[in-house]
Amino acid sequence: MPPTSAPPNPIKPSIAWMEHQAIQYRKAILEMIWQAQAGHIGGSLSCIDLLTVLYHHTMEITPGNFAQNERDHYIHSKGHAVEALYAVLQGLGFFSREALDTSQRKHSAFLGHPTRVVAGIEHNTGALGHGLPVAVGMALAAAIDRSPHRIFTLMGDGELAEGSIWEAAACAAHYQLDRLVAIVDCNGLQISGPTSQVLSMEPLAQKWAAFGFAVREINGHDIAALAALFDSLPFEPGKPNLVIAHTTKGKGVSFIEDRAEWHHHVPSEAEYHQAMREFAAAESEWEARYANI
Amino acid sequence: MPTSETSIMGKPNQDIFSDTLVSLAHENPNIIAVTSDSRGSGKLTSFAREFPRQLVEVGIAEQNLVGIAAGLAAMGKSVFAVSPACFLTARALEQIKNDVAYSNHPVILIGISAGVSYGALGATHHAIHDFAVLQAIHNIDILAPADNFETEQAVRTAVTRNRPLYMRIGKKSMPHLHPPGTPFNIGKAIQLTPVQEQYDVAIVATGETVAPAAMASRHLAAQGYSSCVLSLHSIRPFDEAEVMHAAHASRVVITVEEHSINGGLGSRTVAALMQGRIWKPVKMLAIPDQHIITGSQQDIFEEYGLNAEGITRHAVTLLEQGREKVQ
Ligand SMILES: [Mg+2]
Repeated sequence: MPPTSAPPNPIKPSIAWMEHQAIQYRKAILEMIWQAQAGHIGGSLSCIDLLTVLYHHTMEITPGNFAQNERDHYIHSKGHAVEALYAVLQGLGFFSREALDTSQRKHSAFLGHPTRVVAGIEHNTGALGHGLPVAVGMALAAAIDRSPHRIFTLMGDGELAEGSIWEAAACAAHYQLDRLVAIVDCNGLQISGPTSQVLSMEPLAQKWAAFGFAVREINGHDIAALAALFDSLPFEPGKPNLVIAHTTKGKGVSFIEDRAEWHHHVPSEAEYHQAMREFAAAESEWEARYANI
Repeated sequence: MPTSETSIMGKPNQDIFSDTLVSLAHENPNIIAVTSDSRGSGKLTSFAREFPRQLVEVGIAEQNLVGIAAGLAAMGKSVFAVSPACFLTARALEQIKNDVAYSNHPVILIGISAGVSYGALGATHHAIHDFAVLQAIHNIDILAPADNFETEQAVRTAVTRNRPLYMRIGKKSMPHLHPPGTPFNIGKAIQLTPVQEQYDVAIVATGETVAPAAMASRHLAAQGYSSCVLSLHSIRPFDEAEVMHAAHASRVVITVEEHSINGGLGSRTVAALMQGRIWKPVKMLAIPDQHIITGSQQDIFEEYGLNAEGITRHAVTLLEQGREKVQ
């Protein structure tokens, strides 16, 4: 069995370890939402593979270096998917597993959107379209200081309708912020339905490219491919980076996948157990896959 | 206190802001000014020339201006986000609320050409809502310096304060209101008039209405009325103690502000007095809740009684009403 926590930097965990860990995080997300009887399950499950790779492979952010500025930075712009962030930060040891039991309760630091009160979180998000401008400001500071560190932010695809994102996009290209890494969790859905029907932003890659970004598209659930892609940063010197991660909302639970109504639906007891069985099956499949190698 | 009708005229507070910023940047390479195509109106061209690496231009994009300022501050920069007050505190209000105040990043927001400085340009360019909206948002100081001295002190103090702060600054030349060596502390009102045990009228003013309030004090003295003029350069933190003390020692209270009658200095003062059980006749002078007349800042002040004549007239009326009731 893999270890229960990530090995310390600079030794990076294997792809196999991260794949297994992503399943553990899916269980933690479901458990949090089940305990709180609230939360955003669809968006959390669509971005959890991305967060697993970013926090365990790509970014240098640990409880040990968090207090200093000389490290990578991450802003969770799609703040509603906070359960995914809590799961990974807990996995990194920012706080205990028990701390999450208070999630969304009275006086809990673990509310339904990220806040800096929680260890490991750098910016309060929840209103959409705020992460990229702040990340651009952080990347500008890094550029002014000639720091080698990178600034990452994760946005939803529905979020891209916010005009503030495109103000920031123009600015990032103007200042050639190639330490900025913006990622779109492109699950094709938002609260009211398919993003293509609510407000189509296609052709999305061309839009970002026209704004001056180096754009890469990838399967946002392929942990090996994600790790390799982020290893190749910056994609083009002098250009800010934009990753369109094609994902499935609710990934990992058959009856939640690709359904807009599961944006923040809370599972029934039967659905909770069914989802847990599907995660257990994914774990068995993972063991079988690596037993054969 | 100004000693004559022709008190010595200073510069526009916006010039003092930019002079002070240049002076601070000479000592502190960590200072960054962020502008939204507003370096000219913000008088930041000399700063931009001297410290090109410490000036970030974001174009006409106020939401981005504030978001970027928060990101720079999060990375330890000492950030001034400079933009016309009308756009900064309306268009970028959600960024001020979430990225600065709620996220607790110590950005200094400078609202230039504040109040009705842009007078005849119309309501798009007026900022008479800023005290109201920002007072309803937790965790951001709100300053409105009255003269060159207060402006320089406010800017210097803001840097060391290291917390979210908004300051509105006007573009008209202001008279010097304070003798050298006057103590300045954020959250502490400054009394412009000599301290007495009792006054006829307390005039509580802020920003560019403090100068006409000081002038009104002299007009009132000529008519035999004593007054206590307070400069409330801090709307938040609000100096309740000093305001209550002045009101307690006076027969009537006048508040004066270049702001909507709703949610500004007047209502804040009245709330403090009522809850502090100080029952005095009050007149709130502010921009009324109606379509604002066309004209310069001076014209608008005159129309709504925010100039020295208007303040004097309203004070006398309030004092005479009180006398009638007593008789
Ligand atoms: Mg989506």
